[in-house]
Amino acid sequence: MSPAIFGTRHLQALLGSLGRLKRNAVATLLTLLVIGLALALPAALGLFITNAQSATGGFSQAIDMSVYLKSDVPLAKARQLAADARQRAGIAQVTVIAADEGLEQFRRYSGFGAALDALKSNPLPNVLHVVPRRDASSEAQLQLLRGYFAAWPEVDVVQLDTDWVLRFNAILAVLRRLVLIAAALLGAGVLAVVGNTIRLEILNRRAEIEVTKLVGGTNAFVRRPFLYTGLLYGVGGAALAWVILEIALLVLDQPVATLAQLYGSRYALQGPSGQVLGALFGGGMVLGWLGAWISAHRHLRSIEPRA
Amino acid sequence: MILFERVSKRYPNGREALTNVSFRIESGEMVFLTGRSGAGKSTVLKLVALLERPTRGTVTVNGKSTGALKARHIPAFRRQLGVVFQDHKLLADRPIFDNVALPLVVAGAPLKEIDRRARAALDQVGLLGKERMLPAELSVGEQQRVGIARAVVSKPPLIIADEPTGNLDPDLSLEVMRLFRRFSDVGVTVLVATHDQHIVRELAKREIVLASGEIQGQGDGGALPHVVATR
Repeated sequence: MSPAIFGTRHLQALLGSLGRLKRNAVATLLTLLVIGLALALPAALGLFITNAQSATGGFSQAIDMSVYLKSDVPLAKARQLAADARQRAGIAQVTVIAADEGLEQFRRYSGFGAALDALKSNPLPNVLHVVPRRDASSEAQLQLLRGYFAAWPEVDVVQLDTDWVLRFNAILAVLRRLVLIAAALLGAGVLAVVGNTIRLEILNRRAEIEVTKLVGGTNAFVRRPFLYTGLLYGVGGAALAWVILEIALLVLDQPVATLAQLYGSRYALQGPSGQVLGALFGGGMVLGWLGAWISAHRHLRSIEPRA
Repeated sequence: MILFERVSKRYPNGREALTNVSFRIESGEMVFLTGRSGAGKSTVLKLVALLERPTRGTVTVNGKSTGALKARHIPAFRRQLGVVFQDHKLLADRPIFDNVALPLVVAGAPLKEIDRRARAALDQVGLLGKERMLPAELSVGEQQRVGIARAVVSKPPLIIADEPTGNLDPDLSLEVMRLFRRFSDVGVTVLVATHDQHIVRELAKREIVLASGEIQGQGDGGALPHVVATR
């Protein structure tokens, strides 16, 4: 068979499936709605996580450590310790905040300027501000790093004030897992919906299938229109899911803007990225096709012509 | 073209439809298969069309033994064969043209050729000009001719027909049978199951008589009066 005929046959099967879906518009729409909702839910959850992450800005990555040296450790020694620390793996940045510098910052930002002037000497120690590398920021690694600094005789206190960041990241990790679970369950639902719809259609077209097989139609030929139907269900469901997402975003836009304003932010909701849309349509097509294939494989074999 | 060698067929329900049936039909021959309802005519045709496989014995069609044919080779096997049914098995929601073109579409013929050959087949059965109508818009006789056009459209070397005149009046029956004879005249092997003794006599072709799943007799030109007597 030449490629042109091959292409023509596929085009015919595709157009035939499209025409059939159009003729049963109401049933088609209901099926699409179910598939669309099933695809929209995990996509919406994913979108929520992305937005939560970018709305909180760099906070989730803002893991750092303040290493307070004992007050009798001189600045030169602090610089030397900082240089040592920079050699260690897993550390992105070490900044020395000299005691004077620290006092100056405190005076500027705290509003206790006058009170501080009353002090005879600077009560602040020299401090090393340590930023661990992104890929070395797990709880265990941070604890290890804290131990490393705490073991130095020059160190007074290591303050790792990042519990909430870790918690926030843990919550996001739970949510991401939830998205996976929801996607898996609802994906199975889409498979079942498409599979059942295709099964009914196969039963409806039993006579046609019998005659087609009788005149020498192969299983592949008989199956093809059903696979295209499944594929179209997937694409249509994904498109509907996209519409649902955009409507949800539109509805949420105003209250989110108000909320952001109250926090002094100009944050606006982010719509689905190209990647998310790709996953939505890709997932829809794969699920639709697969559901149709499973159903066709199961049910077409049993239909043989009778005389 | 068709060779039955000691063929028996027992259905899953235990009924033995054919017992030890042997016959040979040469290429280009036209043969009637007669006998009462339940004599095994349909079973013979089912075995030829590979709708069933023999329980014992071998059925050879077109040089191929059907018993050993793998499922994936069945479609190609059936394309060498035109089948006509009593109830013609047309697709009610498709126009006449689509019904006739189906074997060509299934075989992957180019669109131009599908168009040309489907029209030629409709012309042969005298239905050119009705290709856009639905089966239900045609008379019973016309529907049967559409079924015949579908069976011959891909020019198969063998045509089998199960009671093709079962629903037709005598004049129409004769017309349909003459159509079959025309195909046989150009070298197509034709096997027709019928209980219409009048037609068998009229066309004067070889006849194989079945009774209770066994061959009761063979002869030329419907010269087997005992069959009429048993009806």
